[in-house]
Amino acid sequence: MDTQSPYAKKISKRFRAKEKLIKYFFFLNGFVTVLLILLIFLFLLKESFAGYTDFNLSEYFFTEKTLADGSTEKIFEWFPTSEDQRLSIVPLILGTLLTAIPATIISTMLGVFVGIYLSEIAGSRLREILKPIIELFAGIPTVVLGFFMLVVGATYFQDVFFTTSRLNAILAAVGLSFIIIPIIATLTEEALRSIPLELRMASYSLGATKWQTISRVIIPTAVSGISAGIILGFGRAVGETMIVLMASGNAAELTLDVFRSVRTMTATIAAELGEVSAGSQHYFALFFIGTVLFIGTFLLNLIAELIINKMRKKIRF
Amino acid sequence: MKDVKIYTENLSVFFDYIQALNNVSIQIKANRVTSIIGPSGCGKTSFLRTLNRMNDLMHGFKMKGEVKIDGVDIYDDNIDVVNLRKLVGMVFQKSNLFPKSVYENLIFAPKLNNIKDKNKLDEIVERSCTQASIWDEIKDRLNDNALNLSAGQQQRLCIARALSVNPDVLLMDEPASALDPISTSRIEELIFELKKDYTILVVTHNMQQAARISDFTAFFYLGQLVEFEKTTKIFTNPSNKQTEDYITGRFG
Amino acid sequence: MPEEKNIKNKEIRKLPASTKYYEYFAIGLVQVITAFVFLILFLVLGKIFYEGAGIIDYQFLTEAPRNNMTEGGIGPAIFGTVSVMFLMIIFAVPIGVFSAVYINEYAEDNLAQRVIRASVNNLAGVPSIVFGLFGLGFFVLFIGKNFDEVMGTGLLLGQPAMLWASATLAVLVLPTIIISTIEALNAVPHSQRAAAYGLGATKWQTIKGVVLPQSRSGILTGIILAVSRGAGETAPVLFLGCAFFLPQLPVAYLDLGLFAVPFINPAEQFMYLSYHIFILATQSSNPTLTMPVQFGTAAVLITLTVLLNITAVIFRFKFRRTLQVVREN
Repeated sequence: MDTQSPYAKKISKRFRAKEKLIKYFFFLNGFVTVLLILLIFLFLLKESFAGYTDFNLSEYFFTEKTLADGSTEKIFEWFPTSEDQRLSIVPLILGTLLTAIPATIISTMLGVFVGIYLSEIAGSRLREILKPIIELFAGIPTVVLGFFMLVVGATYFQDVFFTTSRLNAILAAVGLSFIIIPIIATLTEEALRSIPLELRMASYSLGATKWQTISRVIIPTAVSGISAGIILGFGRAVGETMIVLMASGNAAELTLDVFRSVRTMTATIAAELGEVSAGSQHYFALFFIGTVLFIGTFLLNLIAELIINKMRKKIRF
Repeated sequence: MKDVKIYTENLSVFFDYIQALNNVSIQIKANRVTSIIGPSGCGKTSFLRTLNRMNDLMHGFKMKGEVKIDGVDIYDDNIDVVNLRKLVGMVFQKSNLFPKSVYENLIFAPKLNNIKDKNKLDEIVERSCTQASIWDEIKDRLNDNALNLSAGQQQRLCIARALSVNPDVLLMDEPASALDPISTSRIEELIFELKKDYTILVVTHNMQQAARISDFTAFFYLGQLVEFEKTTKIFTNPSNKQTEDYITGRFG
Repeated sequence: MPEEKNIKNKEIRKLPASTKYYEYFAIGLVQVITAFVFLILFLVLGKIFYEGAGIIDYQFLTEAPRNNMTEGGIGPAIFGTVSVMFLMIIFAVPIGVFSAVYINEYAEDNLAQRVIRASVNNLAGVPSIVFGLFGLGFFVLFIGKNFDEVMGTGLLLGQPAMLWASATLAVLVLPTIIISTIEALNAVPHSQRAAAYGLGATKWQTIKGVVLPQSRSGILTGIILAVSRGAGETAPVLFLGCAFFLPQLPVAYLDLGLFAVPFINPAEQFMYLSYHIFILATQSSNPTLTMPVQFGTAAVLITLTVLLNITAVIFRFKFRRTLQVVREN
């Protein structure tokens, strides 16, 4: 064929090169996130293990103290500024759990019910109003909630529970609940609403009442979605800083009493990073805490995601 | 008049401002299979769902007229919908088993009625599966996840589940439309078997199916009951022009 | 002989009383708990606004703090917050939107795409204080210090400053922008893309001419949410140049001879609304005297984030409606 058919005409080379270039440009941008997450992780790791050669990594968990009779005792203390520096993160992990676990329990008890209400009981118009409101609450700056617990909550709390420490773990837990309840409520609502109408119809057609349908069909089917929401809420409670910094009292004690002051991992970083000199063992220890937080929340999020994926497969309709 | 099971008089159904049924008066006989045919959107499903009050769950549902089963007005204020639905069972277009085991699906409704005795539950499971002629296939798979069964088995299990409360009336909304021909014929045989014990209404868009399985056929068009006759009569000698056009495939 | 089937003989009039009461009780409980949660949430907000509203006026919003923070206003903190948000958007929006375009429009379902998606989700779950650590360790002490050394700029960027606070917050809000943008792009109906391809448009021409313009308000929603998130954060910026009090706004003048153009100086320290609340509540010398200022600042910060969120909701609503029109046609 000597005459050029219009169909055989290709777009010009320059044009194609341009399209390709644009694609690579977008790809590079897409990769920024991957780079950032790697960078954060590697940087945290590097700084947490960059300590001095005479520093044993086990000291991040306990130090051994020789007693008068020659035997040794393990001590778990966070005393970064004393001469005899002790950098055990165990009391901090304990502090985090003492705030995050009660917060998750409170929020689950309330949030799941709110989720059920929004999805199953509220009419569609009421839901359209209440759902954005609860999402709005999730967006309240945490510093405001910390401030509220510190200034208003603590006083009421002491009057009711006669706690020894004005600021304590349970107070921080209540503060955390303000942000965890919306998370659990919205995720519960989403899990329940993802259940197909057909299943509800099946239940009603067999003569189930509304609550029987909710409690015997809808919740059992959505249970993994709800638990994923609870895990995500717990992860958020572990990672939250300002509320615990302002309401937990910040005493790094080895305690299991939720009415005592505790110091969480996040609050420790927040309170001490400003004063620490870069390159000191204390500085590295704060990065080590950051690494533990990073890995911990990463695992929690991963578990939640796996559970959600499993649930999607379960209700394949 | 004695063998009339379901009786409606000037039944009209609305969803918000849309009228789904318009002055339907029909008398459906006990222990017979009645097919309901008509083009999509003609009110077949709305009619079916009026009979077990599933429409109550729909947004903006309103109704006028009378619906009686065995002479009892089912829209009377004294009637409890939940109890009514135990007496008027329903099978849906797509199987909608719960994502639980076969056994749990079958004892769901008995347990709602506070039957807790294991032997009694086992008995109900076996009875309803036998009636739905699926017992031999699943008696060894009772603890399997119900969603692992084949599509045809799932639909028959749905029928067994509907039978587990021992209803009087069985409503079927295109029960075989999502199935292959072999599974369809098994469902049809099953319907034939079941009419000994139950009054059955089947919505279908498949004319041959209606002709094969039913004793009576009702033709709905634009929310109105156009013709209701013995199936043999309606498929050989319809009295209405619209019915004839629909059956012969001229529209729909 | 099969049993006589007739519903007249059966109990269809009443549910057993136990079932009925249990039903009322359970549903009532759910309603009561929900009402309780909303009541508590509104009480908290109500208390803050009740205590804070009295002090908020034009002067409070514009003036600098006076008399050891007990008088005056929060003008510089608002200025600082707006400046940081401005820089944050400049950093985060292009990268965020472009990544979303890659993920939604270009990437096939391959490993690279899955890795990117996983990273976005991951980044969204990182605790905010970890961003603070990263910002100080990486941006300030690594990039900033080395920049100063190489360029010989003394101590220009090797210290906590607005630039690094904005950059760190940009990293923090990146997932918010990416996820909202993906959602917006995804909502553009496939038929619209097909129409453009059918007219002989290339991929980039389709994206530029059809997809991006149609998802504009959806993308804007994401940006507003990102700003709301960033303005509310405190932990990441604690060590990145937030100041308790600054006598001057972080503004520099570019001398053009005849007149000087003011611009935000990103190498300066700054005041920040959320930090202002934190520091007044925990470290002011006289907490009772500054209490009205604290409540006032909290009320302003809540109003800011809530207004941004409401704007985002409205934009999202509008976006969905426009697309519905497109779909229906």
